[in-house]
Amino acid sequence: MRANAGVAIAATLLFAAGTAQAETFTVTQQGKQFDIKEISLAVGDSITFTNADEYTHNIYSKSKVQKFNLGKQEPGASDAITFDNAGKVKVRCAIHPKMKLKVTVQ
Amino acid sequence: MKKLILGVAVTAIAASFSPVSAAEKSRDEWKAEYVRPSSVPHPADNPYTVEKAKLGETLFFDPRLSGANHISCGTCHNPSFAWGDGLPTGFGHGMVRLGRKTPTILNLAWSELLMWDDRFESLEEQALGPIAADVEMNQDLDELVTELQAIPEYRTLFNVAFPNEGISIENLAKAIATYERTVVSAVAPFDSWIAGDELAISEAAKRGFDLYNGKANCTACHSGWNFTDDSFHDIGLPDDDNGRGDILPEIEAMAHAFKTPTLRNVELRGPYMHDGSLADLLAVINHYDEDGVKRPSLSSDMKPLNLTQAEKIDLIFFLATLTSRDDPVPLPVLPNGKSMVVTKLKVQE
Repeated sequence: MRANAGVAIAATLLFAAGTAQAETFTVTQQGKQFDIKEISLAVGDSITFTNADEYTHNIYSKSKVQKFNLGKQEPGASDAITFDNAGKVKVRCAIHPKMKLKVTVQ
Repeated sequence: MKKLILGVAVTAIAASFSPVSAAEKSRDEWKAEYVRPSSVPHPADNPYTVEKAKLGETLFFDPRLSGANHISCGTCHNPSFAWGDGLPTGFGHGMVRLGRKTPTILNLAWSELLMWDDRFESLEEQALGPIAADVEMNQDLDELVTELQAIPEYRTLFNVAFPNEGISIENLAKAIATYERTVVSAVAPFDSWIAGDELAISEAAKRGFDLYNGKANCTACHSGWNFTDDSFHDIGLPDDDNGRGDILPEIEAMAHAFKTPTLRNVELRGPYMHDGSLADLLAVINHYDEDGVKRPSLSSDMKPLNLTQAEKIDLIFFLATLTSRDDPVPLPVLPNGKSMVVTKLKVQE
């Protein structure tokens, strides 16, 4: 009984610690570029992609670590993606492929 | 440190941005965005050498790079037609008509994704694509190495360009890519105007430049000194070709999307568009003026422009200023491959 209680407390602490550490970063698109080229995150962190450009963008990744497609993003719109797996994720705009972001998830 | 952000610091909120819209820029501000680069970029893993470019030029114009030995890269990418073929769509192996227009290879040193649909991520990759494609040059790459090794002059050219490596498919691709990066449109009247010569282009062309960056919104995609941002858009042409949608089928915006081509020397490169369906520049401008087929993938930059006939003419005058004063391209003397046989026979005599 005591052991079970200890496991439960430890799990709660771990859960609480994990929740507290998850952070959300903002990456902005302007002038057909991301405002950064690389970013390192922890598993569970999120990036909010904000389109501060005059143009429509479409953020996506074909990386094995995490595939996603945020769809068409009109000027002024924001969309978030949580990175659930460790590894390197190459992010691009499908419309403007010279827009590239390297995400390292640890 | 748990998290590391490289480069420019992340800006917290989008509300702090107030992008300068096209309409707010002056002509001089726009002109500053069209200055030619001072040098040609070459990748670190395939740096420029004279010997490599010379080999690449020779291979580029050699029809023996095709399975039937009669199609060279230069057959379709002909310098006389601004490095295209002047046809609506190209012809490949067996004179079979291809589905898309042959794109120019002008200024590809500045491109990252190649072909109309981005299927290749470097010029080195791209160089081999059409050679091996059964509908284009239809050449087995392993057989090509064997064929080239049988030509003594090629053995020498490869050994000079790639010391201690010699003939290989990788080196063939590197040589062709190096040569292709040297294919750069020369100074055009537009460049002279950008550099300060006010008499280099007409007043109609200057009005066309203002329209290009303003009302006509051409610069939304055809931006910068090379007149392309290498972006992909569905511009509403009424054909069935799915374009980059076949490469990225999960992304709606890529259906019917094709790469934005350079506009350098554009007046020499008709007919136009990925399918060669528009005969002249007026037809192209009329297409953009009317904004194309309505479908979910249609680019948000495609909007009715309401251009007057006089404005369309000014735009054409402007586009004509992008035609460069290129030097003639001398064709290389190809390794004959048979001369050594004659020499050997003479020696035997």
